[in-house]
Amino acid sequence: MTSMSQPAHAGPPTFFSKQATVARPGFTRWMVPPAALAVHLCIGQAYAFSVFNGPLTKVIGITQSAPDDWSLTTLGWIFSLAIVFLGLSAAFAGKWLEHVGPRRTMFTAACCFGGGFLVSALGVWLHQIVLLYLGYGVIGGIGLGLGYVSPVSTLIRWFPDRRGMATGMAIMGFGGGAMIAAPLSVALMNHFKSATSVGVAQTFVVLGIAYFISMSIGALAIRVPPADWKPAGWTPPDTSHRMITRNHVDIDEALKTPQFYLIWLVLFLNVTAGIGILGQASVMIQESFKNTVTPAAAAGFVGLLSLFNMGGRFVWASASDWVGRKNTYFIFFVLGAVLYYFVPSFATTGNIALFVLAYCVILSMYGGGFSTVPAYLADMFGTAFVGGIHGRLLTAWAAAGVAGPVLVNYIRAYEVAHGVAKADAYTMTVHIMAALLVVGFVCNLLVSRVNEKHHMSEAQLANEQ
Amino acid sequence: MNETSTAVTPASRVRLIVFWAYVLIPLAWGVINTLRQALKLFV
Repeated sequence: MTSMSQPAHAGPPTFFSKQATVARPGFTRWMVPPAALAVHLCIGQAYAFSVFNGPLTKVIGITQSAPDDWSLTTLGWIFSLAIVFLGLSAAFAGKWLEHVGPRRTMFTAACCFGGGFLVSALGVWLHQIVLLYLGYGVIGGIGLGLGYVSPVSTLIRWFPDRRGMATGMAIMGFGGGAMIAAPLSVALMNHFKSATSVGVAQTFVVLGIAYFISMSIGALAIRVPPADWKPAGWTPPDTSHRMITRNHVDIDEALKTPQFYLIWLVLFLNVTAGIGILGQASVMIQESFKNTVTPAAAAGFVGLLSLFNMGGRFVWASASDWVGRKNTYFIFFVLGAVLYYFVPSFATTGNIALFVLAYCVILSMYGGGFSTVPAYLADMFGTAFVGGIHGRLLTAWAAAGVAGPVLVNYIRAYEVAHGVAKADAYTMTVHIMAALLVVGFVCNLLVSRVNEKHHMSEAQLANEQ
Repeated sequence: MNETSTAVTPASRVRLIVFWAYVLIPLAWGVINTLRQALKLFV
């Protein structure tokens, strides 16, 4: 096996350098997905942060909120900051991560995410909210962004024959991380709570150390393939009539193409249509089926949606290897729009089974949108800088994170204020979601091959590597 | 180079199984917990 040639400008390889992570003979590519999962399962904790909200409002009062305790509004900014810094770090660190490789990026993510918990623990102990904003919000958020994008391009290079499946496995971990973190955090808080403590600071310390170790294991295990590597017996498919390129586009150059902005809109619209519903699922099913669905059953509905959100990330991304990336998004937009259009009628006719099934499918496509997009980008812009381009595309997620909940909450509030019954207040919202998906369909339709003028020359590519 | 030239050794096969178990066992625990919660929708 030949090793990747050393760039002329580089110094001696260190343990964390890209050159030191080139796979040696005997390494199997199937070690890479669990390395990526080790990181994504940790950072997926972000979706479970709300389990700390209740205890954090009683840090001083312990059994009930004291006047000096933090309010839910104050605490809400922690998660919002984390998502903003996820988007910013993914967008701005893209070039750096392609340059230094996945190991250094994943280890930096481990330091940031684990360290963010430790700073937050200090914030709880000193009762300084600014330390929670800085710790989990800013430092942890940077760890989230770096951790999210760091293994993606490596996976795509190891699995050129199954790009969707490979990235689907990792990004499925982000969906599943909350399923581990939520019960674990509750158990730890119960273990540490006492007459003088709600147990959050101690839980943050344990989680910070555990996540640092787990993510570091992923960073140590990750390997990049040698430059000339390809799977046994695999020949690159004929791409002359397909939406898959063998060329490469630089990160900055990708931003000059209409394809980047169209795929940005595709992701933004797909996420907007799902994220608002995800946040309101419990209230929505209880209001739609008043006196039928209890709060416990509604919590079950939320759990079911989480499972479909996670499963969809793997299933849809894997399916995209067969049906094509563009066709997969066509399915999301057509099926999503149809389901959103009919879902109010399932509620009015009292058909809870169809109501639940429709939302499960919608949430599977919400998750699938996240996991299919890295492979879509690799098809369009090549694999050389797909991690960095993916990082910049994630600003669509941050934007949708604001737009989705705002749409759902404000439209519902407007409807209720104008005399619409709560059970019917979601009709307008879901019909708007259906319309957004139709717009997404058009954006996806407009995606075509990237113009050759944006492709890198062999010399440029060799210089970058 | 291709995958056939990097024959997987028994040691690396064990490492592979252990590493997959390391990530899948916690994930399975989380999924089972969530499934238990989800079943409350149907009872």
